Amino acid sequence: MKSYFSELFTGAWSLIIGLKVTIKAMFRPIVTVQYPREKLEITPNYRGHIDLVKDEESGSHKCITCGSCMRECPSDCIVVDGEKREGVKGKALTVFTLDFTKCSLCGACVEVCPTDALDYSNDYELAGFTREEFHFDILKRLEERA
Amino acid sequence: METFYSILPELIRIVICAACGAIIVFGNALVMGYAERKLAGHIMLRPGPMEVGFHGILQLVVDGLKLMGKQLVVPAQADKPLFMIAPLLAFAPVFVPLLVLPFSEKIQGFDLDVGLLLILAFASLNVLAILIGGWGSNNKYSLFGAFRSVAQNVAYEIPMLISLLAIVFMTNTFSLRDIAAAQSPVWFVVLQPLAFLIYIVAMVAETNRAPFDLPEAESELTAGFHTEYSGMSFSLFVLGEYANMFIVCSIATVFFLGGSSGIPLPYFEYSGAIWFLAKVYALMFFLVWIRWTYPRTRFDQLMNFCWKYLIPFSLVNLLITVVMVKLI
Amino acid sequence: MNVEVLEDERHHRFVLNMGPQHPSTHGVLRVLLELEGEYAMSLLPVLGYGHRCHEKIAEFKPAKSFMPNTARMDYLGALIYNHGYAQLLEKATGVEAPRRAEYIRVITSELNRIQSHLLWYGAYLLDLGAFTPIMYAFDDREEILDILEDITGSRLTYCYYRVGGVCKDIDDKFVTRTRAFIDRLRGRFPMYDELVNGNVILQKRLINVGDLTPQTCYRYGITGPLLRGTGVAYDLRRAEPYSVYPEFDFEVPTETSGDCMASFKVRFREMEQSLRIIEQALDKLPEGPVMAAKVPKKLKIPAGDYNSSVEAPRGELSYYLVADGSDVPYRLKVRTPSFSNLSVVPEMCEGMLLSDVVSAMGSLDLVIPEIDR
Repeated sequence: MKSYFSELFTGAWSLIIGLKVTIKAMFRPIVTVQYPREKLEITPNYRGHIDLVKDEESGSHKCITCGSCMRECPSDCIVVDGEKREGVKGKALTVFTLDFTKCSLCGACVEVCPTDALDYSNDYELAGFTREEFHFDILKRLEERA
Repeated sequence: METFYSILPELIRIVICAACGAIIVFGNALVMGYAERKLAGHIMLRPGPMEVGFHGILQLVVDGLKLMGKQLVVPAQADKPLFMIAPLLAFAPVFVPLLVLPFSEKIQGFDLDVGLLLILAFASLNVLAILIGGWGSNNKYSLFGAFRSVAQNVAYEIPMLISLLAIVFMTNTFSLRDIAAAQSPVWFVVLQPLAFLIYIVAMVAETNRAPFDLPEAESELTAGFHTEYSGMSFSLFVLGEYANMFIVCSIATVFFLGGSSGIPLPYFEYSGAIWFLAKVYALMFFLVWIRWTYPRTRFDQLMNFCWKYLIPFSLVNLLITVVMVKLI
Repeated sequence: MNVEVLEDERHHRFVLNMGPQHPSTHGVLRVLLELEGEYAMSLLPVLGYGHRCHEKIAEFKPAKSFMPNTARMDYLGALIYNHGYAQLLEKATGVEAPRRAEYIRVITSELNRIQSHLLWYGAYLLDLGAFTPIMYAFDDREEILDILEDITGSRLTYCYYRVGGVCKDIDDKFVTRTRAFIDRLRGRFPMYDELVNGNVILQKRLINVGDLTPQTCYRYGITGPLLRGTGVAYDLRRAEPYSVYPEFDFEVPTETSGDCMASFKVRFREMEQSLRIIEQALDKLPEGPVMAAKVPKKLKIPAGDYNSSVEAPRGELSYYLVADGSDVPYRLKVRTPSFSNLSVVPEMCEGMLLSDVVSAMGSLDLVIPEIDR
């Protein structure tokens, strides 16, 4: 009999304490961000898809078309190709594409690059209607930025 | 013809009351739908609806339009007549109790001698609607929701009635206006605190609200009895639920919180309705508040609580009341 | 019992497919239930809806390149899965990670563990019908994600550890933010206690539901908080110490009742212990490089078989590698904790109410992609 009542009272008390927590929360400032209206500043260390780094000296990229990134990529999503050109040492870069549908953002390509020609972009608002929209032409993106 | 003219005023009165009832039902759904989402938002540290109108105030209007525009999907294996009739049955009976509620001394549809009985009779039709809807959908989750709802509502009607019966013994009437008027010096919540508490718990269970929302327990039964409903047939269930909340809170106000009594305002016979609505919405706020605080109870525990605590306590309360009434 | 009687008994049972799309199966798990009234008389988890052949993928590419896949198996314990795999390859090839790297691994792994427990906490209460706690838990969890994002560059499926260290050093900002987070979470525990843990409805839903005994756990290979909830203090960080865990002072929380409440409390106390580990690791953080000086570019694994086990948020995670001398594994077997934990469901939940099945399955803290890897 005693436990019958004590259970009732401790139970009711625990419920009242719970109500106290939520009513306090009701008057606390909201913590969410109203996404399309306001945006959080993204950390510069964010690792988005890769981009070619713009070389300050030449105004172009630093890629020497060695193909290390292509070989290192676990998902085979990078294609690099070059051609022999007059006056250029080694091969000149003609194709640099990334199939972002397959990329797992591991960063192996950036780490393996001997000339630090690659870096992560800060793009995170990526949405599209077709797969082809995610086959990025990294070389073209560099030219567009320049 | 003469008889027609003699009943004409009554007919007009019924039409006006029904129209007012419709305004209350839809207005209440708009207010409560918005308030619930806003309050839930702020409890969860988020702002709730913000997009449509100032602070999302028109959100419910837009939602209503969207629901009206949606296709009514009837599952291929469903029992079509039952499936279609259930939302109507959940929605239509809520008008009747509104007719007898005394919003203030003068604002009342009809003052019936059996007002309480009428309300309770029509409020229990809701169970039938849920049962029919759950059965008619021919969905396993809906069926479970329906069965749970019936067991729960039948069980919790008992303590609800007994706790109200104590008040009826004190006032010797079933008329809601007389009961509200009988509380002029002290509200019955002071004289009958136990009955009030029992009524509040039973009221939450009767309206199938969390923590007793077992018929629609979404983590167990996806959406319970309204799993298969879409568009307007779904929104009729929601309208019915909010109207039922309004009705049970109104009963609590009439029986325990003095009806429309309060600090006198000018034209108090009419403006008392402000106090009445304030009390009703304070109780509704409490319902929302507990919904977003507690986890859901389990079915057998819900029943145990009813039979082991609520019914014995309400019986003891009734007994004490009867003895006191006899002695004084 | 005679078979015909059994058939007859089963005849009037109600078959319910819970899942693959169901709010409380947390992903694409299907549970085939046979119900009598609301009592589940038999349960059968049906797997394979999210199978992605991770183990087979490992046999087709250099071992080093498998690292991002480990994070996709258990998206809540990605860093711990990274840790186990990096450790496996380090064992196999003899590369040794510098001490600073090991400390960073411990700090980030423990943050990851807290993050996983916070998500479990919110999702579990959502299963039990409480809507609000998940928002509070996510409020805290978001802080961890922000801290880790600043270092690892991603928020969920990290690929931060490398064979021979970690790919990026931590900075002062990380240290101050982590310390601030430790204080913040410690200040939040009383609130969680008041809102949820002491709540009578929750206690009634958890106590004496889903009872496990140590013997059942041994039979099914159950590890993690469920095993510790039965009173067995088995935590790989203590039982088979790896990395730099022996250098820290922390307890292995245990409860004795073995029901859902026990594992609930164990997880809660584990978060506190993880905070202690992080605090000590930040105090003792050594200086130095974060990457081993010489990691061969082509990681040739000497022929043989290797094993590495770590304590994941849900239990024991083991990698077993068979190498044939090339840089591609011959076979990689991953032993994930949820798979073993799930296998107890038919026995644990037999004869339970439907609501209790939901509560018992939630206490397993299932991550389906880890079961269907």
